[in-house]
Amino acid sequence: MVPLSWYIVLSAVMFSIGVFGFLARRNLLIIFISIELMLNSVNISLVAFSHYLQSMRGQILVFFVITVAAAEAAIGLAILIAYYKNNPTIKVDEINLLKG
Amino acid sequence: MLKYTLIPLLPFISFLINILFGRNYIKDKAHWIAVPAVAGSFILAVSAFFDVLGGHDVNVNIYSWIVSGDFNVSVGFLIDQLSAIMLIVVTSISTLIFIYSIGYMHGDPGYYRFFAYLSLFVFSMLMLVMGNNFLVMYFGWEAVGLCSYFLIGFWFHKKSASDAGKKAFIVNRFGDFGFGLGVILIYLTFGSLEFMQVFDKAGSIAGQTINILGNDVNLITLICLLLFCGAVGKSAQLPLHVWLPDAMEGPTPVSALIHAATMVTAGVFMVARCNPLFSMSPVAMNTVAITGGLTAIFAATIALVQNDIKRVIAYSTVSQLGYMFLALGVGAYSAGIFHLYTHAYFKALLFLGSGSVIHALHHAGHHDEQNMQKMGGLKKYMPITYKVFILATLSITGIPFFSGFFSKDEILWRAYQGGDLGKFLWLLAALAALLTAFYSWRLIFLTFHGTFRGSHEHEHHIHESPPVITVPLMFLAFGAVFAGYVGIPPIFLEHGDRIGEFLAPVLGHPAGHGTHAEEIFVILVSIAVAVLGWMVAYNMYIKNTGLPQKLQDRFAPVHKLLFNKYYIDELYSKTLVQPMLKASDKIILGFDTYIIEGIVNGVPNLIGAFGRKFREVQTGMLSNYALVMAIGAVCIVGIWVFLK
Repeated sequence: MVPLSWYIVLSAVMFSIGVFGFLARRNLLIIFISIELMLNSVNISLVAFSHYLQSMRGQILVFFVITVAAAEAAIGLAILIAYYKNNPTIKVDEINLLKG
Repeated sequence: MLKYTLIPLLPFISFLINILFGRNYIKDKAHWIAVPAVAGSFILAVSAFFDVLGGHDVNVNIYSWIVSGDFNVSVGFLIDQLSAIMLIVVTSISTLIFIYSIGYMHGDPGYYRFFAYLSLFVFSMLMLVMGNNFLVMYFGWEAVGLCSYFLIGFWFHKKSASDAGKKAFIVNRFGDFGFGLGVILIYLTFGSLEFMQVFDKAGSIAGQTINILGNDVNLITLICLLLFCGAVGKSAQLPLHVWLPDAMEGPTPVSALIHAATMVTAGVFMVARCNPLFSMSPVAMNTVAITGGLTAIFAATIALVQNDIKRVIAYSTVSQLGYMFLALGVGAYSAGIFHLYTHAYFKALLFLGSGSVIHALHHAGHHDEQNMQKMGGLKKYMPITYKVFILATLSITGIPFFSGFFSKDEILWRAYQGGDLGKFLWLLAALAALLTAFYSWRLIFLTFHGTFRGSHEHEHHIHESPPVITVPLMFLAFGAVFAGYVGIPPIFLEHGDRIGEFLAPVLGHPAGHGTHAEEIFVILVSIAVAVLGWMVAYNMYIKNTGLPQKLQDRFAPVHKLLFNKYYIDELYSKTLVQPMLKASDKIILGFDTYIIEGIVNGVPNLIGAFGRKFREVQTGMLSNYALVMAIGAVCIVGIWVFLK
């Protein structure tokens, strides 16, 4: 039987990797993947607590998170493609039209 | 009640429809709405007139307009003998002029706008005439001024026209300011604005004085003089007459309707309406009479030498309005209203006739279409216009048994009865009648007789105006000849002065007495001056055509003075307009540049400076934003955890 704390640590590690990727990487695709990583790390901790507490609430919430993540990925990729058609780049440091 | 409400309402509906839907939907069919509306008003006005004739006066409040503490004003109508006559004059002439405008304004890009403004004018004028209190009258008074402004500047792309519109509006403001003060003073004195209540109480304040800057002034006199200020502005009397000749920049139907027949007579109507007040103040009466007499002669002298056909008639209008005020001032209110009524027909006819000439010359390609020196010999091309012009001129010059004769003679006779001042005014008026005869015939001779002084090519293209123009002229000619038969002096026909008797309940009977011999003398003098003026004009412009030039050279300074209208415009420009402009250049412009603009520009500059500093936060780097977001999230969680 794997203790709860292992799951929590795994989740925390995954989340930190996601945050790091989100902040440090330049490629927009990688940034998306980092966001997915963060969402899924949260899913892991939700499922772990759900099992630990013998309550289905956490697992139901996971379905919502997956749904939102799918929608977010679809919209994000659509924006990405639309942007790419106009400016052939997906490097975020070159996407700086809002610079003041 | 609906009948009386509809009289002003029909033109107002026509205005609304034309102004809202004219540009896109109605366009050149605007007259299909305007003409029936105003003709409907005319029919209702005739019916109202017969009601009054049958003894049914109306004084009714339709709508509670302002209710504020003790201050109550209603929109209400007073239809008595005086307003019944005015209703007939306003609606009948409006109807004819609306029809005339169909032909005259045909093809103008602002056709619908023209009929919209004209309808609004008729509405305003009817409100002015029918109102039963001073505030409704004041509303109509200002609204007709506004319409006058719209219509003088109708061709606003012409600078002279838009300037003339502004001038008319601003000069009228001077008078209206006095009128407004008068209305306020009436309320403060009587506690009411309704005509009937004010006139009933008028006797109780006789002799009361009010202290102004240390001088005791008779209250009634002050009220009357303030009201008369408004009349001076609106009816173009000295010294505020300057706007009316310039108003001729508007289309000719406007000149005929507003600046000859109806609006400019509003001052006369107002003084007649307030006759219970004016009669109590000899000072005010003398002021009215003297202003009128001086204006009559003053404007007539200017008209002698003008070359613009419409300006001659405009000065003639100023002069005739002077006659009306003269009559009011000597207490002959009904004579003044009688002259207003006959003048409306023959003066509208003169204007529309000149409009017909201008229309014909314009279509012949003549560019200087209003200059009489470039006309001549139009008699054979425009026989109908010529004939109606002759009838109007016979009427205005006071040739016996034309309508102008009866009304003008009534005024001269009443003036003659008015003591020494009256005799002096009679002399002025008789002299003005002589000048009137001269310049009216001069206009005819220069325009219709002799040979055409434009180019031959233009001459071939001149032809009579279409029936839509000439038929209204014929109707007006009928009025110009026969309108006076309601006021035949008793010396010719027992009970002939039907209009005087009709108006007597409102305006009273004139007080003067004179013998038959004197009356015949006055009549003979006025006939003599009318014929003399005609003979002199005939001599100068038909027989001896070189004479005018010789006289002009001989009396060059006088001619120059008259031709430049006594330099009144220049005087006002030098003493009022230019100093005002200079002052605004120096003082107000300085204030504007440094204080107003300082505030207006300073605020955005300050905000801009802050903005330039803070915009650097926006790096455009996605990672920076993400980092700040992450730090923010950590901080929020941290605050929640540690500060709980």
